[in-house]
Amino acid sequence: MTTPVPAVTELPGKPRSRPRRSATLVTGCVLTGLVALLALISVVWLPYEPDDTSGTRLAPPGDGHLLGTDKLGRDLFTQVMNGSRIAWEAGLGSVAIAAVLGITLGVLAAYAQGWLDDTVSALLDILIAFPTLLLAMLIVAARDATLGSAILAIGLAQSAVVARLTRILVKRVLAQDYITAARTSGTSRPRIVAAHILPNIWPTLVVNLALQFGLAVLAEAGLSYLGLGAPPPNASWGGMLQQAQATFTTAPAGAIAPGVLLVVLVVGVNLIADGLRDTLDPARRRSA
Amino acid sequence: MTLLDVRGLTVTTDEDRTLVDDLTFAVGAGERLGLIGESGSGKSLTSLAVLGLLPPGMTATGSVRLAGTEVVGAREKALTELRGRRASVVFQEPLTALDPLMRVGRQIAEPLRRRTGLKGDALHKAVADALDQVRLPDPRRIARAFPHEISGGQRQRVALAMALACEPELLIADEPTTALDVTVQADMLDLLDSLVRERSMALLFVSHDLAVVSRITDSVLVLRHGRAVETGTVEDLVHRPREPYTAALVESARKLESALDVGAGG
Repeated sequence: MTTPVPAVTELPGKPRSRPRRSATLVTGCVLTGLVALLALISVVWLPYEPDDTSGTRLAPPGDGHLLGTDKLGRDLFTQVMNGSRIAWEAGLGSVAIAAVLGITLGVLAAYAQGWLDDTVSALLDILIAFPTLLLAMLIVAARDATLGSAILAIGLAQSAVVARLTRILVKRVLAQDYITAARTSGTSRPRIVAAHILPNIWPTLVVNLALQFGLAVLAEAGLSYLGLGAPPPNASWGGMLQQAQATFTTAPAGAIAPGVLLVVLVVGVNLIADGLRDTLDPARRRSA
Repeated sequence: MTLLDVRGLTVTTDEDRTLVDDLTFAVGAGERLGLIGESGSGKSLTSLAVLGLLPPGMTATGSVRLAGTEVVGAREKALTELRGRRASVVFQEPLTALDPLMRVGRQIAEPLRRRTGLKGDALHKAVADALDQVRLPDPRRIARAFPHEISGGQRQRVALAMALACEPELLIADEPTTALDVTVQADMLDLLDSLVRERSMALLFVSHDLAVVSRITDSVLVLRHGRAVETGTVEDLVHRPREPYTAALVESARKLESALDVGAGG
């Protein structure tokens, strides 16, 4: 039996560079894209000035105000557009902090061994158990109630979650033969992290960061509902919800509009995370 | 100077179990040595310890001098400089020894670039040459493939090309044929044999299979439960084993061989 070395075999049904486009991913992109569009437009154009109180108080939708006005006569659609921008800033800002800090810490923690490893893991667990709200209040007390403070608080809290996930993922990759193989050929640690570890944990991390984005948007809405976020008149959706609470029975639009957009954005981001998991996760991709 | 000089190497776990016990051997430049033993005899651990690559939770004591540098207790930075140039490894399982998300060509390019400083087209050419030297057909196409897109035998050749890209003085082959089909095994052994000879590299060949080891090395060290049982030429071990364990190994190899012969004849 003579076996000539067979040519490259491409197994059927194994997509690689071109991930399948899933319906979940497309729906998610459309939903988040909608909010992103509002946010982008708000940068260059708004129907009214945010602090323009010339409208009738608590006007119903229509008649020059697409969604009506709030109790000070400010245009609700303007506020909702501004809120979209603030939501995006909160999501991207928090996730950026969480990604940079969390991934760095996680990689370092994964390389630590013995008592140092135990200590870092315990610290991360404590940080994760620490309520975000309390952390936010501490930061707001130290600085002031701005969007930046809220983003900082949410980002710090999330970086602990990302660090813990990264640590586990890196440890799993470190135990693989190909890392040992790279080390035997004299590859330095930073190079191993950049060339082998990060690409291999990236699919799982991206999915998690997308989920963290949704959680960050919700957390920011929660903080500004409590008055710990962006101050008026550039209120976030959480702030608008709080404003509209008292007049909900007579003018429901003020609460429904930000509420619906909040749901649209968070559901959209979660759908994207789901879709990414299906297309990116190497384990699922290979078993598919 | 002896290229690899191992004296009293002992590997213990955190729970105080001794996995390799007071092992002493040497491999000179251009020499070949087979490390043989059943699974759990500590042969793979020994080959990892030579490069300071023990898994976490294991400690090596004694002395391992590779090209005059002490490996036991050395810092990671010093070891990184030692690895690759002085010695590199081909592992048993070629699928897990290659990064699943990196194209084959890039995995070979990494050590090549480090050693030669080549870039761009020259580096591509060197990668294709490296694949050609391990007798892979259509090197440029294989260079663009991901590990799961090529066969097991091809993967092992790629792993070999990676190890050779460093032009090591000592090649450590840890059961490089065990995961392959029997028909591919023989090709792989011949290839390894000729490549090691062409480059006058030293070879430390780790295997559980006496027949495989006898094809490629002259002298053999038999390991059992982490201890050296017997050392000598393959010739001596097969015909004049001094230890009962060696005799048992030879006997089982013979039995397998004759069973195969009978099977082939009938």
